[in-house]
Amino acid sequence: MSALRRLLRSPVALLALTLLALIVGGAVLGPEISVWDSEAMDFAAMQAAPSAQHWFGTDLVGRDQFVRTMLGARVSLSIALLAISVSLLIGVPWGMLAALLGGRWDQLMMRFVDVLYGLPVILIIILLVVIFGRNQYLLFAALGAFFWLDIARIVRGQTLRLRDAPFIQAARGMGAGRAYTLWRHVLPNVAGPVIVYTTLAIPGVILAESFISFLGLGIQEPDTSWGVLVSDGAQTLESAPWLIIYPGLCLGATIWSFNTLGDRLRDMLDNPDNRRLN
Amino acid sequence: MGAYLARRALYSLLTLLVVISAVFFLLRLAPGGPFDGERQLPPEIEANLNAAYHLDAPLYEQYLRYLSDLLRGDMGPSLTQKDFSVAELITSGLPTSLALGAGALVTALCLGLAIGTYCGRRTGTLIDGALMSLTNVTLAIPAIVSGPVLILVFAISLSWLPSGGSGSAAHLLLPIVALALPYIAAIARLIRGSVAEVGGEPFVITAQSKGIGEARILWRHIMPGAAIPLVSFLGPAAAGLLTGSVVVEQIFDLPGIGRYFVQAALNRDYTLVMGVAVVYAAAILTFNLLVDLTYGVLDPRIRVRQ
Repeated sequence: MSALRRLLRSPVALLALTLLALIVGGAVLGPEISVWDSEAMDFAAMQAAPSAQHWFGTDLVGRDQFVRTMLGARVSLSIALLAISVSLLIGVPWGMLAALLGGRWDQLMMRFVDVLYGLPVILIIILLVVIFGRNQYLLFAALGAFFWLDIARIVRGQTLRLRDAPFIQAARGMGAGRAYTLWRHVLPNVAGPVIVYTTLAIPGVILAESFISFLGLGIQEPDTSWGVLVSDGAQTLESAPWLIIYPGLCLGATIWSFNTLGDRLRDMLDNPDNRRLN
Repeated sequence: MGAYLARRALYSLLTLLVVISAVFFLLRLAPGGPFDGERQLPPEIEANLNAAYHLDAPLYEQYLRYLSDLLRGDMGPSLTQKDFSVAELITSGLPTSLALGAGALVTALCLGLAIGTYCGRRTGTLIDGALMSLTNVTLAIPAIVSGPVLILVFAISLSWLPSGGSGSAAHLLLPIVALALPYIAAIARLIRGSVAEVGGEPFVITAQSKGIGEARILWRHIMPGAAIPLVSFLGPAAAGLLTGSVVVEQIFDLPGIGRYFVQAALNRDYTLVMGVAVVYAAAILTFNLLVDLTYGVLDPRIRVRQ
């Protein structure tokens, strides 16, 4: 708990948390409480500038841009969360196993990570999406399947450091089994760095999704995501700049917030006085 | 050092082979083929076309044929753009893509190093705080947003620069800025951290107390150590710039090779997709190899350990 309180003491981190809370709150509640439906076209206000009725303006066919931006937030954020979960599910066991098995297995498993690291990931994801259809579940699975590499490396490093730590030795000496030690002692101590790097990895996933949707390969109409909205907005730069500005701002604010929080958390973790987080 | 590099080169070749195989088999898994057009071709003609491009042979045979052709430098004909070989299409787009990527990389390196070093020697000052907040913001603006906004401001409102197309250096300016923006910030933050860290080491303070000038301290004492994290960042950065360039080429309507990739994948132009993927992968791997080489030069421990 002290970690959270210390985090809240930093004004920048507080701002980041507030922004995230606003965006998540807007994503969850916005489309529900708004008087506009995401598909409803307001023929009286087509391509209208932001106003009291339409906070973010309307698009070419008169759909409320606030509702669509918030629906986009739902899609972009949930894809990011799901992709990150997939990458944690692969990366954490992979890194732990490599560290615990050691020797030749460790070598082999980490070389595999190295080889994947050299791949032009987005190109392969583009290929997957083009080939297997524009399915958003496939998209997050594919993203997750490539974003676990960093996590595996970090978990391996941390586990290696812990493996010979006195308290682990003590636990083993007192007769604790391998699995029990892993679950009770190693995993909680790996959690700190994993949380930090997960926070820093989320913007990468959000960006990847938005790039793919921008190219017209990701989320399809009538569903929407920030990438789709920015891509549509780029078509009407001159006549309706608000169509790119608001989704762009939401995208930027989210990435900024995750980066800022991740940086703060990492600083706290790196600072020996602040080890309580770990 | 030699053995270390040889092993690295071997891994690079292995990775290249993985890329080629992955792309090759993924493409063939896809439903549809390069000759499915608007109009259904008569079966005899389609069979002839398939035979002409050896698409009727067993898959492993096609794979081996592709590999052996590639080894001889032949990337085959484009399957959808008749009369053009993949090599011709790539050669026509590569200069633009290279200029964009290299321009963005050099811009990011120069500005990032300058800002990072400046702030790293003045941590905690007002200007450091201001510059770091600014980099934190530019880090959060992806090219898909900054690109159109740059067009809106500099091409549409101010009419200073062209909004798209190619032909002159001015056409490349906005794309390079859009692509480089997050990387300037990332490099500046990285360098600031490591310059501040190395700058606090006892040997730097000793050098200062001996009266050595700031410029010499920076270059001789701080930079060799402080640059190591930057070097390891360059590998992922190159891959990221390349990804970004696919999008940036689209935004600014640049005739590079990134555009081919998406279109060719949609059209199942097997050979063109393979060609672009091979060029991209080879570029990233060569770059990573150079990074490893620099790493070894900068950090004596790596030379010794290997």
